[in-house]
Amino acid sequence: MENLKLEELFQEKLDREEKIEPKDWMPEKYRKHLIRQVSQHAHSEVIGMQPEGNWITRAPSLRHKVVLLAKIQDEAGHGLYLYSACETLGISRDELNEQLHTGKAKYSSIFNYPTLNWADIGAVGWLVDGAAIVNQVSLQRTSFGPYARGMVRICKEESFHQRQGYEIMAEMAMGSQEQKEMAQDALNRLWWPSLMMFGPHDADSPNSGNAVKWKIKRESNDELRQKFIDKTVDQAKVIGLSIPDPDLKWNEERGHYDFGEINWDEFYQVINGNGPNNVKRLAHHKRAHDEGEWVREAATAYARKQTIKKNVA
Amino acid sequence: MDQKEALYQYWLRLGDDSMILAHRLSEWCSNGPFLEEDIALSNIGLDLFGQTRIAFTSACALEGKGRTEDDLAYKRPEHEFRSCHLAEEPNKDFAHTMVRQTLFSAYHLLLYKALERSSDEQLAAFATKSLKEVKYHWRHTSRWLVRLGDGTEESHKRVQDSLDILWSFRYEFFEVDEVVTELQKTSIVPDLSNLQSDYEALVLEILEEATLVLPEKEGFKATGGRIGHHSEYLGHILSEFQYLVRAYPNSKW
Amino acid sequence: MSDNQLPLWEVFIQSKTGLPYKHVGSVHAADAEMALQNARDLYTRRNEGRSIWVVPSDAIVASVPEDEDSFFDPSDDKIYRHPTFYEMPKGAKHI
Repeated sequence: MENLKLEELFQEKLDREEKIEPKDWMPEKYRKHLIRQVSQHAHSEVIGMQPEGNWITRAPSLRHKVVLLAKIQDEAGHGLYLYSACETLGISRDELNEQLHTGKAKYSSIFNYPTLNWADIGAVGWLVDGAAIVNQVSLQRTSFGPYARGMVRICKEESFHQRQGYEIMAEMAMGSQEQKEMAQDALNRLWWPSLMMFGPHDADSPNSGNAVKWKIKRESNDELRQKFIDKTVDQAKVIGLSIPDPDLKWNEERGHYDFGEINWDEFYQVINGNGPNNVKRLAHHKRAHDEGEWVREAATAYARKQTIKKNVA
Repeated sequence: MDQKEALYQYWLRLGDDSMILAHRLSEWCSNGPFLEEDIALSNIGLDLFGQTRIAFTSACALEGKGRTEDDLAYKRPEHEFRSCHLAEEPNKDFAHTMVRQTLFSAYHLLLYKALERSSDEQLAAFATKSLKEVKYHWRHTSRWLVRLGDGTEESHKRVQDSLDILWSFRYEFFEVDEVVTELQKTSIVPDLSNLQSDYEALVLEILEEATLVLPEKEGFKATGGRIGHHSEYLGHILSEFQYLVRAYPNSKW
Repeated sequence: MSDNQLPLWEVFIQSKTGLPYKHVGSVHAADAEMALQNARDLYTRRNEGRSIWVVPSDAIVASVPEDEDSFFDPSDDKIYRHPTFYEMPKGAKHI
C-alpha cells in the first residue's frame, strides 16, 4: 500500500479514537514526534530526582524522609515506565541516554532550578507535580497505546506526590516565622518556572500542530496552564501564601484568573542550557552513568558465563 | 543495669544500625549504576528506615519520658548513638556498598531469625516483620556479590578489595556485653552463641560462589559503637541528618 | 554500544491468585533473577502483584497488524461456537 493511503487509514483510526500500538503502521513523523515527547518526559522524571534528592539526607523528620525517598523512587519508576513505552518505538535505552547527554533530548526546564530550602521540597510537590499532573491527566487519552497506559499508571501513583508537597507547604506556612519565610521564598522562586513548564504560548509552539491532529497532545499549552493557575491560586490562599504576580486577578467574564506575562527570555535561556543548574544536572547524570559502566559490564559478563555453563552442561 | 534500661539500649542498637545504614543507602538516590538498581537501593533503604521507626518508637515507649522517634533520630549527639562501624562506612563505590550490605544483611537475617524467639512480644513481632524484608535484602545483595565477584577482572578486584577491609568489621555484631547478658537472663535476647559461626558459614558459602576469598590477614576488628565510640564518619552523617532540626530549634517539622 | 544498558525483559503480573497474568511493561536486567527483582521493585511497589513472570523481550513472538484480517476475521462468522447459537426447547432449565 502506498504511504498516502496508509496515512489516510491511520488518521481515520485516530479519528475513531482508536489507540496506535507499537507494531501498527505509523507515519515516520508521528514516531519521531512521540520519541521526542516521551523521552523528554522520561528524562524529566529522571533528572527531577536530583533537585529533590538534594534534601533526602537533610529531611527534618523520619516521616518526611521516607515519604520523600518513596516519592523520588516513584519518579525513577515513572522514568522507567516511560523509557519502556519509548523503547517500543524502536529506540534503545542507550540511544535515549546518549541523546540526553549530548543535549539532543531535552527535559523539563523546571529541574534546572535549585532547591534551596526545605520548603522547596514542598513547592516542588505542590507546584511542579501539580503542573505535571494537569498535563498528565490530559495525556491519559493520548493516541499511542503504551504512552497512554504509562500515563494512567503514573497518574494513579502521582496523586500522593502533590498532596505531600502541599502538606509540607501548609506545615511551614503555618509554622514558625522562619518557616513561613522559607515557604513564601520557595513559592516566590518556583511559581513562574512552574508556569513555564507548560511551554510557550500556543501561537509560538512549533510542535503543537501535528501533535493535536495526531491526538498525541489533547489540550493546548495555554489551556493547561490556565487550568493549573485556576486550581492553585485558591490553594495558596488557604495556607496564607501570596502568589508573586501583581497582575493576578479573577476575571468574572472569562471565569478564569488573569495573570501577568511570563518572562519568556528566561524560559528560552533555561531551555537552551543556561539555567542555574543545567550543567550540574547533566554532569551528575553522566557521572552516575559512567561510574555504573563497570557494574553493567560485570553483570553482563556474569550472565554470559552462566549461559555458557548452562549450554555445556 | 536493669532489664528495662538494657532493653532500651537494645532497641537503640537495632534502630541506630538501621538508620545509619539506610542513610548511606539513601545517598545512592540518583547515583545508581542504572535506574532499576537505583530503585532497588532506595527500597532497601525504605525498609531499614521503617525498622528504625519501629525500634525508636518502642524505645521511647519503654523509656516513658514522652520522647518521639524524631527526638531519638535528630536530637541525640553522636556519642549517644549505638550504631556499629559497618553501618557508618561510606558508600565509596557500588562494590563497597554491596559488600557492606551483604555482610550486614547476613547479620540481620540470622539475628532476626533468632529474635523471633524472644520472650518479649514486641521484639519478637519486630523480628518477624523485619525478617521478611531482610530476607529480600540478602537475596538481592548476595546475588550482586556473586555477579561482581564472578563478573569481570575489574569488578572482582573491587569487591575483593572491599571485602579485605570490611570482613573484620563483623566482630562488633557478636559482642556480648552487659546489655546482652542482662537480656539473656530472661530470654528477651535468645542464646546467640552460634551466631558468629552460622554467620561465617552463610557468608562463606556466597563468597565461594562469587569466587572471592577471605583476607589472609584481618584488619581493624571493629568495636566501640555500642558504647558510643564511633568512626569519624558518624559525626558528618549526623551533622547533615540533623541539620534542620538543630538550626531551627523553635520550629516543628 | 547496544548492550551497555543490559537486555530488555517483558514483565507480566498476576495481581491475585486465580487471575490471568497481565503484561505491564518492561525492565532491563543482565539475568533472569535480576529481571525478576527489578520487576518486583518497579511494578509491585504498591502491592499490585502476587506473582511475576519475566520473559526476554526477543523471545516474544507477535502477530503483525497486516495479519489482522486473515488471523481474526474468519472467526467472526463461526457463531456456532457461542452457546447462544443453540435453541433450547421451552421449559428446559439449567442448560
